[in-house]
Parts: sequence; structure tokens; C-alpha cells
Amino acid sequence: MEIIYENLLRFTWQNGVMILIGAVLIFLAIKKEMEPTLLLPMGFGTILANIPLSSAVAEGGPIETLFNAGIANELFPLLLFIGIGAMIDFGPLLSNPKLMLFGAAAQFGIFFTLCMASMFFAENDAASIAIIGAADGPTSIAVANALNSNYQGAIMVAAYSYMALVPIIQPPVIKLLTTKKERMIRMPYEQKSVSKLTRILFPIIITFVVSAVVPEATSLIGFLMFGNLIRECGVLESLSETAQKVLANLVTIFLGLTVAFQMTADKFLKVDTLIILGLGLIAFVVDTAGGVLFAKLLNLFMKKKINPMIGAAGISAFPMSGRIVHKMGLQEDPQNFLLMHSIGVNVSGQIASVIAGGIILGFFLAK
Amino acid sequence: MFNFNPMNFVKYLSHMGIGMLVIFIIIGVIILTTLLINKIFSPKKK
Repeated sequence: MEIIYENLLRFTWQNGVMILIGAVLIFLAIKKEMEPTLLLPMGFGTILANIPLSSAVAEGGPIETLFNAGIANELFPLLLFIGIGAMIDFGPLLSNPKLMLFGAAAQFGIFFTLCMASMFFAENDAASIAIIGAADGPTSIAVANALNSNYQGAIMVAAYSYMALVPIIQPPVIKLLTTKKERMIRMPYEQKSVSKLTRILFPIIITFVVSAVVPEATSLIGFLMFGNLIRECGVLESLSETAQKVLANLVTIFLGLTVAFQMTADKFLKVDTLIILGLGLIAFVVDTAGGVLFAKLLNLFMKKKINPMIGAAGISAFPMSGRIVHKMGLQEDPQNFLLMHSIGVNVSGQIASVIAGGIILGFFLAK
Repeated sequence: MFNFNPMNFVKYLSHMGIGMLVIFIIIGVIILTTLLINKIFSPKKK
């Protein structure tokens, strides 16, 4: 009889809080449809990880095995990047490459948060927290793991939660930094055709250029661009479809469950976690502000004005950020279609965030 | 646990400057390269 309640007596309030957090993540995933592909496996994995003497997270257990197989060696984020690369259409960006400048500007939040986080945490942890501002799950996981951060669980929860909260975070920041007149600036889209050869050369050239300057980013940019090349080459339809659907979904399942390995009470329930969540929010806000303010700066010198809202789409939360900017444009002026510009900026943010991740690794990875 | 050290904000400002500069330089090279390949390989107008 004792065996029935013996394990129940091992439950602590900390286990209870973590199980509740897992339940909240599941609720957000299902009811609010916030990044369900990640939050649901993470939520359920958190529950599994916080049951006393859980065999799921025991030494040699399934979650630890998956963690060692795919997170500790950064394999899962890289495989996911193949799928993401296969999903991205760089067409709007290739027809107007100057939009990439906004993708660059919108990474400012990463470095600002590095400065903020360094006041509270050791260098490797501060850098790992800063990369939440990349607004990109695989980059955040890869960098935090490479830097051996002690806060990988909190960082991953922050990164994915704030990505899902972009529709709530960005609009107030954009409205605060722009006037109604600025938000109503029209940007007519002139369709320029992009040759197939350009679409094929682009991922190859990007990989070479980025890797030559920031070799630490080679894996990230290489796998992302490999996925895109599979898409654009035109002779690997089945591989492209597999990468976009089966591979991406499979790795997402493993990734979500495995992140839970870091979501145990002893690692997560600390004051540090609250600070990390706060710093993650700062990263997203300053990213948005960086993109918008850069656009406003350019407008000082340009005759043909840019709608500064498109700067906010430079964060890597694709395609949500692009759609938010487009929607805000329509709210101000129902005839102002910003989608092609904002999506172009949004995909450039994907590239810029990988570059930023590589730079962070270049700064802090022990050689 | 953490130690609050506000001077570190100033210490890492140089990383901010260098990091943003490197990103803009790389993006600048990519933009120029893309403009070049667009020009060379643009679909021919009939």
C-alpha cells in the first residue's frame, strides 16, 4: 500500500509550480494558438520533467537521450533550419535588396540586451540571454547551447513565448515611435521579376559571404540556405516538400519535448528566470524600436519616404511580424498595402539574426 | 545567483558597436552582390 502514496509524498511545491507552468504553456498553445508547435510539446515535457523520480528525465531516459542526440550537439536546431529555409521565398527581398538594411537595424535589441544582461549575469549567460532578441528559436537554442549557458530552459521559453507574443509586443512600440502621418506613408509595390538563376545563386552567395566573415555562423546560415536551395533549384520538389513539412514537424516535436529537460524546478524557479524573461522582453522591444528608428533616420535623407513601420518587420519572427506591419498599415489607410515590403524586410531579419548569432559566438565562444 | 555590476553595461558597449557595424557591413556586401547578380541575370525584356 505504501508504494501508492510514497511517490506522492515526494511532490514539492516547486514541482507543483512547474507543472502549472507546463499546463499554462499547453493552454496558451491550444486555446490562444500561441506557437502551438513549440509551446505544446514544451508544456507537456515540463510536466513530464517535474514529476518526482520521473523516468522521462532520469539518467539515460528518453528525454536525456534526445537532448544529447540533438540539443547538446546543436543538431536539432540546424535540421529545423533546413525546413525553415525551404519555406522562405526570398523573391520580395531579391526584387528590392535594400530592404535588408532594416533586417540589420532590427538586431540592435540583441546587443543592447547584451549590455543590460551583463549587469546581472556572467558573460556566456548574458550573451545567451541577449540572443533571445534574434526572435529565432533555432538560433537561440544553438547559441545558448554552444555558450554552455546555465539558463537554457528559461531562454528557450522566453524566446518562443515572445515570438508568439509579437502581435501584442510590437504594435504599441510602433505607435509610440511613429506619427499617424508616418504610418500612412504609402509604398506602392513595383513588381520586378527575379530570374531563377538569381534565386539559385542567392543562397550560395549568402552562405559564402556570411561564413567568410563570421565562420561561427557557418552551420546556421549554411543549413538555412541549403533548405532554400532545395526549394529554389526546381529539381528537388519532393525533398523541398519533405523539408518543409515532415522534417520541420518531426524536429519540432523532438525540440519541444527535449527543451523540457532544462525545465526542472531547480533550474527554472529562480529570481534569475524572472530577470531573463524581463530582459527577453526588452530585447524584442528594442529590436522593434531599432528597425523603426532606422527607417525614420533614412527618411531624413530620402525624397521618396519609407513607411517607418516596415523597420519593425526586421525581427526574425517570420511571417508574423511582416503581417502585423501590413495590418497596421491597412488600419491607418485601407489602400496602403505594405505586405510585400514588410515580408521582404521580415525574411531579411532571418538572415540578419543568424549573422548576429554568429557574431555573438565569435565574441564569446571559447577558442 | 547573480552579482549586480552596472559598469558592465559600459564595458560591453564596444561589443554593441562592433556587432552592429559587422552586421551592416555583411548586409551591405550582400545587397551589392544581389544588385549585381540581378543586373547580370535579370530576365530579358521582350
